[in-house]
Amino acid sequence: MTNPLSPDQAARRDRMGLLARAEAAALAALMPPAPAHRMLRAPEVGAVMVRGRAGATGAPFNLGEMSVTRCSVRLETGEVGHAYVQGRDKDHARNAALIDALAQRPEGAEIARTVLRPLAEAEAARARIRAEKAAATRVKFFTLVRGEDQ
Amino acid sequence: MYVAVKGGERAIGAAHEWLAEERRGDPAVPELSVSQIREQLALAVNRVMAEGSLYDPDLAALAIKQARGDLIEAVFLIRAYRTTLPRFGASEPVETAAMVPDRRISATFKDVPGGQILGPTFDYTHRLLDFKLMAEGEAPQARRAAPRDEPCPHVLSLLDRDGLMEPQAPGEATPPDLTREPLEMPAGRPLRLQALTRGDEGFVLSMAYSTQRGYGRTHAFVGELRIGRVPVEMEIPELGFAVEIGAVELTECETVNQFTGSKSEPPQFTRGYGLVFGQSERKAISMSLVDRALRWEELGEENTGAPAQDAEFVLYHCDNIQATGFLEHIKLPHYVDFQSELELIRRLRAEAMGEREAAE
Repeated sequence: MTNPLSPDQAARRDRMGLLARAEAAALAALMPPAPAHRMLRAPEVGAVMVRGRAGATGAPFNLGEMSVTRCSVRLETGEVGHAYVQGRDKDHARNAALIDALAQRPEGAEIARTVLRPLAEAEAARARIRAEKAAATRVKFFTLVRGEDQ
Repeated sequence: MYVAVKGGERAIGAAHEWLAEERRGDPAVPELSVSQIREQLALAVNRVMAEGSLYDPDLAALAIKQARGDLIEAVFLIRAYRTTLPRFGASEPVETAAMVPDRRISATFKDVPGGQILGPTFDYTHRLLDFKLMAEGEAPQARRAAPRDEPCPHVLSLLDRDGLMEPQAPGEATPPDLTREPLEMPAGRPLRLQALTRGDEGFVLSMAYSTQRGYGRTHAFVGELRIGRVPVEMEIPELGFAVEIGAVELTECETVNQFTGSKSEPPQFTRGYGLVFGQSERKAISMSLVDRALRWEELGEENTGAPAQDAEFVLYHCDNIQATGFLEHIKLPHYVDFQSELELIRRLRAEAMGEREAAE
């Protein structure tokens, strides 16, 4: 954890995170035809203990578990893809593992363009809408003595 | 004492059939879907996830449907389910400072970096029944405004900077897990926080309320309350580095409490902390008050004998599934126990009567 990640590792971290946070249906709709592959680990549902910190910055404590599905695949061409995705959707985990593997192939740039970028855009749009709704409920205080905020 | 009794199978079967029929209610009324519960009874779903100690909105909604809306029964179903799941690991501690909050308020400072954001709150509603909700209407739409992309640091970190706040000891120790090891006293703060975050909302609320009314007074201000989603990161064994595996909605409450100082510490503010799955504001505030009350010993405060200062009392009674299990078991057949009680009472009565007759 102390060593900085290589550019490939950092890209993979970002990709796997994006695939895990994506909506399963959105990922399914963007999937290319499945390449020849075999399962290293068939989709498996389990739990991860989520931790917090006392006082937000202090000692870790166990907050509660979340459901997670994991899957690993090996393409016929040798690339291994892994997925750990929130929830119990086995197709989501399998699709995420396949994309993780396909992104390592020479045509990885194509996967980034046709799958990862639309997922990232959809995620940014969802976040933007929530942030806009939150911004509308931001309090603008003013005092009777002198105006501070506008 | 329990003995095997046979003969109830047919009655049990019929009772469960009737339960299923009653659960469905009047067939002329459309059936409730799990996704309707997840979307439209989201705060009930949040409570079941928090006390069930498993973040999975679909499963919590299913449990609520199956339990006919009995939330403790739903929590029971989730707790039973989670024991069947293999544990893949533990996450990195979530970074709540990085949350883009849906709601973020401070009762201690008016002007805070990132601003005061009300979010989708019941506060300032008049608590008048809204009969418009009895009719089907168009889906409401929230107003929007341009967000200011500015950081939203923890409010208490501002006091921290000025040295007015008790320093917070960082730590990396693996926390104890009461789902793996039985809860034993004395319980350190990480274990107490785990027990409180999955504790019964009503119980934790009442304990917190008792501290406000004077039983273990801690003079709490809500330094900050924030609600929003945070990513969850876990180190992937196959890769050797951490990756985001999803995101959870959390409610976090940090209280600021008066502290007059002790032999080793100058007067300063101290902290109480609440962190709960979902949008669970009442629970998070309650948790932070109880957390603070339970810290009396490490802060060198007086034990006034208040219930909320008694870790054993609070932690052994806050779990509604343990409580329900022990409470409700007394309705199950205790024929042999009761038979012996009956015989004892008859013998004592006979002896008492005999003595009275002899005296007359």
